[in-house]
Amino acid sequence: MIAIIDYGGGNVGSVRNALNSLGISNIITDNKKEISSSDKIILPGQGRFGDVMNKLREKKLDKLLITEIKNGKPYLGICIGLQILFKVGEEDSGIQGFGILKGNVPKFKAKLKIPQIGWNKVALTKKSIFFKDIANNSQFYFVHSYYVEPVKEETVLCKTDYGINFVSGIEKDNIIAVQFHPEKSGRTGLQLLKNFCELI
Amino acid sequence: MLSKRIIPCLDVKNGKVVKGTNFKNLVEVGDPVELAIKYYKEGADELCFLDITASSENRKTMIEVVRNVAESIFIPFTVGGGIKTIEDINILLKNGADKVTFCTEAIKNPNIIKKASNKFGSQCIVISLDVKKNNDYWELFIYGGKQATGIDAIQFAKKCEELGAGEILLNSLDTDGTNQGYDIEITKLISEAINIPIIASSGAGNPEQILIAFREGKADAALAASIFHYEQYSISDVKNYLKSNSIEVRL
Repeated sequence: MIAIIDYGGGNVGSVRNALNSLGISNIITDNKKEISSSDKIILPGQGRFGDVMNKLREKKLDKLLITEIKNGKPYLGICIGLQILFKVGEEDSGIQGFGILKGNVPKFKAKLKIPQIGWNKVALTKKSIFFKDIANNSQFYFVHSYYVEPVKEETVLCKTDYGINFVSGIEKDNIIAVQFHPEKSGRTGLQLLKNFCELI
Repeated sequence: MLSKRIIPCLDVKNGKVVKGTNFKNLVEVGDPVELAIKYYKEGADELCFLDITASSENRKTMIEVVRNVAESIFIPFTVGGGIKTIEDINILLKNGADKVTFCTEAIKNPNIIKKASNKFGSQCIVISLDVKKNNDYWELFIYGGKQATGIDAIQFAKKCEELGAGEILLNSLDTDGTNQGYDIEITKLISEAINIPIIASSGAGNPEQILIAFREGKADAALAASIFHYEQYSISDVKNYLKSNSIEVRL
């Protein structure tokens, strides 16, 4: 059973619809027991770093999620679900993220339109089972103004160009997290969700 | 590099997709869910649903259609029409819309842009602007193009950005339904005046006009309805043409 974390915001329904179309059993939940007993966790964050963290804290899910991730449960972070793995998001200074990964979450400074909205190429920097049957440089759907800058280069899974060559995905042990939205990236995105649910 | 987006638009009335000229003479062209699936499979980058009668006749958008579409396609889609309150937005997003778009309420009560973007995030707030050239400026219209406001479209677009809008959807009452091409001049002026994406809309009749919207109008995305509904061109026809003209697209 895949637990889709219901933190009280964001479009968790999109992830459920995508998993349903793949025939993968899932539950949208903020229940601690259900989260603990799930096989895998998906956190589809949307909106603002601080909002997502505050909502997780209000529901007292932040510590549980950190524990589950540290104990090795497969975790897929989407968009803000990637960013909150870091300690601090620039967007709402003072609000702490999970602090599982080291690095920064800066805002785009390029003379390009912000947010980045639309489809962009994802170039793999290492081989990953997560991208099985997905061609390198496939396009995925992005919506974001902030991006992650991990300290450890070896955690980087893929990169994307938007004025700068930013990290669009990381993979470390049981953690997979991407800046783009696989649930909104058509057939390619569905394949990636399928890989996370079935292979990892 | 970010691809230019092609967004088929479905104007919905009483649960059916319709198409008219200059917001009038509506003809039914199909079922919204069936058309959504068709465009998804053909490679649309996003979809847009506008309940075109909702704003003027006080109708809420069809939640059922939104829910069915969300279960059937896995690309972003925007829903507009009749949005007046934060709760209207909340219901649409909860039922699966990725973004909402509204025009009349944003102009009558710009504070809703700020409230909505603070609550749901800028990424899902698309402000729709209906404009018409009035001598030396482009004037904003409300109530589906029925009422002039005297407000300058460029100034208001800047205000939308300041208040937290994520994108601007630019409709032209002069070019809507004409198939004669987008209003390139105002598209370019607004694109250069703001730092959020702009979606060109109204008047696409062939792939070349879409190319011009990107190349000269500096649009980030192009919305089109009739050229796809009447199968004059497929989405891949348009994208292949753009690619052959060095525009980045998703094929």
